[in-house]
Amino acid sequence: MLRYILKRLLIMIATLWIIITVTFVLMISIPGSPFNSEGSSNATVQANLEKHYHLDEPYYIQYLLYLKSIVTLELGPSIKQPDQTVNDLLGRGFPISFELGILTIAVAVISGITLGIFAALRHNGVIDYVAMGLAVLGISVPNFILATLLIQKVAVDWDLLPVATWSSPAHMILPILALATGPMAIIARLTRSTMLEVLTQDYIKMARAKGLSPWKIIIKHALRNALMPIVTIMGTLLAGILTGTFVIEKIFAIPGMGKYFVESINQRDYPVIMGTTVFYSAFLIFMLFLVDIAYGILDPRIKVHKRGGE
Amino acid sequence: MEKILEVENLHVTFSTYGGTVKAVRGVDFYLNKGETLAIVGESGCGKSVTSNAIMRLIPDPPGKITKGKIHFKGKDLTKFSEKKMRSIRGVDISMIFQDPMTALNPTLTIGTQLMEGLRDHHKISAQEAKKKALEMMNLVGIPNPEERLKQYPHQFSGGMRQRIVIAIALICEPELLIADEPTTALDVTIQAQILELFGKIQVVTGISIILITHDLGVVAKIADRIAVMYAGKIVETGTKRDIFYRPEHPYTKGLLHSVPRLDVKGELIPINGTPPDLFSPPEGCAFTARCPFAMEVCDKVYPQESELTGTHKVDCWLQDERAKRLIAAK
Repeated sequence: MLRYILKRLLIMIATLWIIITVTFVLMISIPGSPFNSEGSSNATVQANLEKHYHLDEPYYIQYLLYLKSIVTLELGPSIKQPDQTVNDLLGRGFPISFELGILTIAVAVISGITLGIFAALRHNGVIDYVAMGLAVLGISVPNFILATLLIQKVAVDWDLLPVATWSSPAHMILPILALATGPMAIIARLTRSTMLEVLTQDYIKMARAKGLSPWKIIIKHALRNALMPIVTIMGTLLAGILTGTFVIEKIFAIPGMGKYFVESINQRDYPVIMGTTVFYSAFLIFMLFLVDIAYGILDPRIKVHKRGGE
Repeated sequence: MEKILEVENLHVTFSTYGGTVKAVRGVDFYLNKGETLAIVGESGCGKSVTSNAIMRLIPDPPGKITKGKIHFKGKDLTKFSEKKMRSIRGVDISMIFQDPMTALNPTLTIGTQLMEGLRDHHKISAQEAKKKALEMMNLVGIPNPEERLKQYPHQFSGGMRQRIVIAIALICEPELLIADEPTTALDVTIQAQILELFGKIQVVTGISIILITHDLGVVAKIADRIAVMYAGKIVETGTKRDIFYRPEHPYTKGLLHSVPRLDVKGELIPINGTPPDLFSPPEGCAFTARCPFAMEVCDKVYPQESELTGTHKVDCWLQDERAKRLIAAK
């Protein structure tokens, strides 16, 4: 197990390195510089600024400087907000984005699985059709459209919930709803189909023959087996939710990391681009690693062992 | 002898898009305490449906017990609510399924699966449950039971898994065990071991067994009485001796002829044709189309049950007095 984790860590580091390299190449290949828009036509000032941020160095030096900043976890100062470091921005934005992401995942997983189970149990019944109809809607409507609709209807027309920002639990409902609906729909559909398959298995019949109660059979015997495919797509869903947070944070004016990420690209704020990209990637890679570990816990047949032996 | 189970005129149907399948069409049989009854017949004759009906495990819809009674220790199980039935399943009547490779949940340890029924039905402590589980593991012959309880199904061989399935079925000390093709998925040497285990269990616990099988070798080994099923009806019942030495129904005869024997040389004689369509089963004897002795009456009217001896009964027009006179006249 330890060996496996070490191996995975190495692969994770290699992945990050590739991401850093690609980000760097993309960064230097987009035209413009952080100082263009400020109208500081004074060439001397600009040269001094570039010198200050090492932008006058050859690319390979810049590249190595970025690598160094990431290895030392000192992501450097933001060019656009000179009194702030990238670490400061992440430290402020991440807890909020994390809260949004985690709550979204919780809502999507719990409601998706519940909906899927009920749809499977009432297979071809009314609940099934309603649940699957909702699921199709959830998959087809993009989160930014849902977000605007929710704001218009729930917040503006009916005045039930606040329109934007992230200051109380009531503020969190709409953004989470907008972000969670898509993944929830996917999970619900998947849960339904795997549950239907699992429920026909012999061990379910055997559990019934033992005289267990229906709920015990579903939770203990069926759900655990039905969860495997859901764990599999969790990785993709996580990535989806993560990118979704940029959009949702923007729409609901949530002061999370997404704002810095998007703005930094527009402003060519190189240290922030590099910092947020690496942070997002590292986070996603780590979550995917957790998903893989979860496999082994859910299904004892999937165990990590040495090559050649059991 | 005390009858533990008595099935009367059982009818089970399945509604499908293509129509209603009459899978079991009036089955009668009984089972004495401590006895092994084998129900034999080819695939699709309704033997598994009959056994699932006793446990009330037929998925409804599409399946339904439309008629008949299932008396278990004097009480009619067809009248039981689902909740009351749950207190019977696993406790009074247990079931063993055909394929031990799929009958165990791959994500739960053997110990959990062994003890959960016991702990659900009799509110006992984890320690007592474990003690009982170890006892069952010993009974079914699994070495290192303590260690094995913590393992998962994929760490066991097919034969070992079937032993565990049997242990699970027996842990609440039921009075009736329904074994649905318990050896079909196992290889021959393991089959013999499992059959021996059944014998041992019956001696130790005095349990009554219904054995569903299409394997006459298995039947010969452990059954006391045999019921031969064809197209949803029991066509002949008798003791093992009656059926193997004096089979009277042409279908039973056909079955016995189609089994290879060491003492008789020559080719095997198959039963020609295929079983009838159970969407619209024939009015008369369903075997008529394949029967070498078929008469005009067979196709039109179902024969009455003829009692040949106290134990041996057969549904066949050939047993009718008039048929005997006819044959004699020829």
